[in-house]
This record gives sequence, C-alpha cells and structure tokens, in this order.
Amino acid sequence: MKKILALVMAMVLVLGLVACGETGAAGSNEEGLSAQTLKVGAIYINSKNDTAGYTFAHHSGITAAMKELGMDTEKQLFIVDEVPEKKDDVLAAVDTLVGNGVNIIFGISFGYIDAMEEAAAEYPNVIFSHGTGYKSNETNFNNYFGRAYQARYLAGIAAGLKSLELGNNNVGYVAAHTTDYAETASGINGFALGVQAANPNAKIYVKNLNNWADEVNEKAYAEELINSYNCGVISQHCDSAQPQIAAQTAGVFGCGYNSDMTPDAPKAHLTAAIWNWNVYYRTAMEAAIKAGTADKFVATMGTSAYYGGLKEGFVDVSPLSENCAENTDKAIKAVKELIISGEWDVFTGVKLEIAADGTVTQKDAALESNGFQHKDGDFKVPMENVEVVAAGGASVEDGVITGTMNYLVAGVEEV
Amino acid sequence: MEMDKLSVVTSFLHNIVVYNIPLLYGTAGEILVEKSGSLNLGVEGIMAVGAIFGYICGCYANSLLVGIAVAFLAGALCGLLFSVLTVTLQANQNITGLTLTTFGLGVYFFVGNGLKASGWPVMGNFSNIMAGFSNVAIPGLSKIPLLGHGLFNHNVLVYLGIAIAVAMWWYLNKTTPGLRLRAVGENPAAADSVGINVTWTKYLHICIGCGIMGIGGYYMGLNMSGSFNSNCWINGYGWIAVALVIFANWNPAMAILGTFVFGFFNTLRVSGSSLAAAFPSVLGFLGDIPTQLYQALPFIITAIVLVVTSIRSRKSSGLPAALGINYFREER
Repeated sequence: MKKILALVMAMVLVLGLVACGETGAAGSNEEGLSAQTLKVGAIYINSKNDTAGYTFAHHSGITAAMKELGMDTEKQLFIVDEVPEKKDDVLAAVDTLVGNGVNIIFGISFGYIDAMEEAAAEYPNVIFSHGTGYKSNETNFNNYFGRAYQARYLAGIAAGLKSLELGNNNVGYVAAHTTDYAETASGINGFALGVQAANPNAKIYVKNLNNWADEVNEKAYAEELINSYNCGVISQHCDSAQPQIAAQTAGVFGCGYNSDMTPDAPKAHLTAAIWNWNVYYRTAMEAAIKAGTADKFVATMGTSAYYGGLKEGFVDVSPLSENCAENTDKAIKAVKELIISGEWDVFTGVKLEIAADGTVTQKDAALESNGFQHKDGDFKVPMENVEVVAAGGASVEDGVITGTMNYLVAGVEEV
Repeated sequence: MEMDKLSVVTSFLHNIVVYNIPLLYGTAGEILVEKSGSLNLGVEGIMAVGAIFGYICGCYANSLLVGIAVAFLAGALCGLLFSVLTVTLQANQNITGLTLTTFGLGVYFFVGNGLKASGWPVMGNFSNIMAGFSNVAIPGLSKIPLLGHGLFNHNVLVYLGIAIAVAMWWYLNKTTPGLRLRAVGENPAAADSVGINVTWTKYLHICIGCGIMGIGGYYMGLNMSGSFNSNCWINGYGWIAVALVIFANWNPAMAILGTFVFGFFNTLRVSGSSLAAAFPSVLGFLGDIPTQLYQALPFIITAIVLVVTSIRSRKSSGLPAALGINYFREER
C-alpha cells in the first residue's frame, strides 16, 4: 500500500512539474511584447561591476540601449556574470535566466558558442544572441559582430600621418593574438592599410601577447617596440591602456582600442578604434519586441549574422586628440564618407592615397599579404600566392574577414 | 631592420630588474614567514591588499613614503589575520592561506571598483609619487657601459627590495633573534623549552613578512602606472614567489639570484625577438621560438629547479622542519 501511495505521489509531482513548465513557457510569449515587458538576460565572462574592459563595454552597451528604449535596468535586466567558457556553466546560466522569465539572452564571449546553440534548441521560446560567434539558426538564434577593421583603418590614418610628421616610419602594434584569430588579423590588417595609405614607407611591427588580457606584458611589449624597434606610434589590440601609458612615458604616440584612451595618456593618445555596443543591443531589443515571439526574431532582424560597421555607427573612432598631425580630421572624414556610402571598403583591390594636405585619391592596386599564413598551429607557413585581391578586385568576403583571415598584409612584420 | 645592439641588451637587462622585483619582495616576505614554521599561501592576496591601499593612500598623501608605509601596514594586517587564525586558533595553514588569497583579491576589486566609480586617483597627477618612483642612478656604477643603465639605474623601491633581502639574510644568519626564529621554525617545542616565546615570535615575523609582500604589491601598482582595470596588478606573481622560496632554498640572498634567473626567462618573452634581430648569427634562434614556449619557459625552469632541489640531500636544505605544522603547547 505504501509503495502504491509513493508511486501515486511521485506521479502527481511529475505531472505537476510538467504542467508548471507548460504554463511557464506559454505565459511568456502569448501576450505581445513591449519595451515595458521585455525581459533581457545577459551572460558575462567577467564581473558586471568591472569599471573597464570587455565585460564593462558590453554591460554599458546593454544598459545604455535599455535606457534609450525607456526600460528599467533594475527590473528588466537579469545578469549571470563571471561565467567561464565551459558548456555546463553556460547552460546553467541559461537555465537561471530562463527561470527568471527573460525573452532574450545575450552571451558576450566567443567560447559560449556551443552552449548557446544547444540552449537555443532547448528553449525555442527564448531568443539567443551570441557576440563574436558564427553559429545561428533560422528562428531564435543569431550572432553579432562588427567591422572593427573599418574603425582601425581610420585610426591607422591618424597613425600614418603622425609617423610622417615625426619622420619615423616604424609603427608598433601590441596584439592579443595575430594570425591565429581572424578578428585580430583583420584588425591588424585594417590598421596597417590605413597607416600605409598615409605613409607608404611605413613598417608595422606586431608583437603577439598570445593572451586576451595580460596587463604586465601589454606594457612591457609596448616598451620593447619603442626602445628596440624605435617605433614612434604604438597601436594595440588589448584591453588595458598600458601601451598608451608606455608611449606617453617614452614621449611617443599611440592609438588605443575599445574606449577613448586620451584621459589615460593625454600627451600621447591620437584616437582609438571604439565599439558602440549599444547600437547592436538596441537593434536587437527592438527586433525582439517587434517580432513578438522568439521564432520570428531572425526574420525580423533580416539576417542571422549581424555585422555592423561605420555605417550603422556600431564602430567608430574616438574624438581626435590635439596630438594628431595636421589634416588628420579632414582625411578621416573623407575616408569615413567613402566607407559609409559604400563606395569603397578596406579589403579591396583599390587603395587610398592620402596626401599630406588630407586629400584622398583612389588607385587600383592588388591587396598582398606579407607572404606567410597561419595554418595548423604554425604561424609561418609560406603562401604560394601572396596576391589576396587582384588590382581593382572586389572586397574580401565577410566570411573570410570574420572567420578565416589568417595572414597579415605586406609591410607588416611579426616580431 | 638595423637594431641598436647596445640598447637592446641594456633594455633587456633593465626589464629583468624592473618587472621582477615584486617577486623578490614576495619571496623574501614568504621566507621570513616560513622560517617561523608557517606556510602562508596567501601571498597573491596579501600583495593585492598592499597594492590597493598603498597606492590609494600614497596618492592621497602625495607621498611615496606614505604609500610604502600603508602598503606594509595593510600587508601586516593580513599577516595578523593569518596569525590569529593559524597560531592562536590553530586553523589549517594551507586552507587559511588560500582563503587569504581569495579574500585579498576580493578586497582589491571591492575597493578598486568602488573608488573607480567615484573618482580614481591618476598617478600622473601626483608629482611626488612620479618623482619618487623615477629612476635614481647609482653614481659611478651606472656609468659602466652595457650593464650600467640596465642594473644600476632604477627606482628606490628596487634598491629597497635588494636591501631588505640582504638585511634579512644577515638577520637570519648572524643575529640572536634570527637564530631564535629559525629554532621556532625547526622545532617549536624545543624552542619553547629554552624560554623562547613561540607565539610572539611567530606573530611578529608573520606580520613583518606579510608587510614586505605588501610593499611588493605596491611596487606592482606603481609599475602599472596605477591604471586600474579588470585584471589584478599582481597577475600571479604571488604564486611564483611561493615557488621561488623553494628555488632560493629559504635563503633571502639566494632569493635575489632566483628572482633574476626567473626574471631572465620571463623577460626573454618580451625581448627574445629583439635579441634575435640584433644578433642574428648568435641569438637568431630566439626569433623562431613560438610565444607559447616563451610563456611556458619560466614555469618549466621552475619545475626543473623544484625537482633538482627535492633531489638534493636533506642536510643542505633550508626547509624549516616544522613548516606547516601548527604548534599547540598542551600537546608537547
């Protein structure tokens, strides 16, 4: 008798759970969504209390977008932070957020990719949006990233004009990674082409940190590029402002990244390639509201891979500091217009020539690599054909820029 | 490109010192703590606490000396906490040390993020700190070609670190209180029986040792130009210091050597390709070593040294016999 009773009670419990699950899932979607009812979830790699760096940039973007839409960040934003790039941890974070009843979940780190894909299949009523990744589906799962190379090209122009003014053709670049990630390779290449547009004789020396965050070496690498390679301008693909501070201490100049680093190094900083993450987050939240249900999200966005650039205002350069060479603003403005209008883009068979007075002319010229590529863990595999795009040819495809660019352009040397 | 050979070597030597002196502070401090028979694994956290309080107070007072004093006190307070827990309350030393690391990093970010939200003191605005942390050339020695600038033109905290290590060696080996301290670390019961106050000796040296670690943390903060980010300034140096104690065989003078040997391999990562470009025929091979191997090199060297030191005969080892064992008087 006891056994039967236990069985019955267990059955009741299970059925009860199923019933709860169903009502919970249905409840979140049937009523239409509005800015007042949308609930946003976010999974961060570092602490939400950070005051600088990658997570800070995304958190600021999400909260800024919510404020633009008149949302309450206290009640409508749910965060699980300090989530490592491990599948089980990410899935647990997703479960927590779904339990909070969120409609859309942003995962900001590349390594969340597989967990986000799995979760999107498990919870079809929730939108999953994955930053810097490449996976997606047709309904409730997309990815987003930006054309940082366009902003870097503009920063490169500032660096190139400065190198001309200094009479020093050596430009340094402290990189988190190089040709092992398309993100870093395209960033270095965009910057280098910008430098060369202003100063065709410039050499760009890249030092590979092999680490996304290593503040001590970010400083040491910049000092090494300045002292041993005699670089007069230092650019960077890393979070901290250490390379810019090192440039200021040594009396040289630099281009920052991620945020305006002029306050960190007022005497050295020229301009920084920056992200306006709120642009995407606002677009995505508006699409989520408009779609009403999660399965229509990708269709409402129009694409499963959002790839915004200067045109959308997703990337940009920070206000030029007074350290910039003459006519920098004029040249950058002209090139920005060319890119925004769609007339020209960075990785094409057309090169820009920027004169000292800031005028911009276009010239057909092949896009060439420096002769090496990264393959199977080896950074120095010779390329049979160094010509990537023939003179006058169309741009390298987006998929290559985000996924498979594994070479550096001519004039760049990895040291 | 044509490299200036002299300047490449000089900047390599200079970097070895500048970037690795915090290890000496951490190692010397930990040696003092361990010589009292206590194993404190909280070096990383203690350095972080010393760094954040030293930096903030030093800036507000616009005085390097205040910064050093506060960093020392903050570190010593962590030491006091450790002493109360392990010496008086007999808590497990390993666990307490690890907890102190977590606690210290937590305090670091709590204070740092809190202050950054309201107004972070920018080091460049404090002239006395900038002047105090700038290089002071040692007359005569700094004029030696090649080595002069690399080894004898540094900020005062570098010289202080060396001085502390040398003074500690003298203290441990040539003075009566130093002898008593070593006795406590070797056999607290025997030390107690001849009238040495074991508890007091442990408290005092743990606090001073942790204070020295705190100064090392402050150095890291200043070397990072006081730029507060989502990474901690200490960046794992505290853990390396724990390993360097064994490397140095619990000898503060050897710790100076250990710091620079480790620093040599640590800095190769930064300067390897420059050295290769400057001396292609002799050091050209350095340019072909992948970054990953450079990153691992200091730790591979540490592992080798640990293996070698553990093979070495017990007699010559400086390991305090009672290390890690709490002393409870009633159990004598």
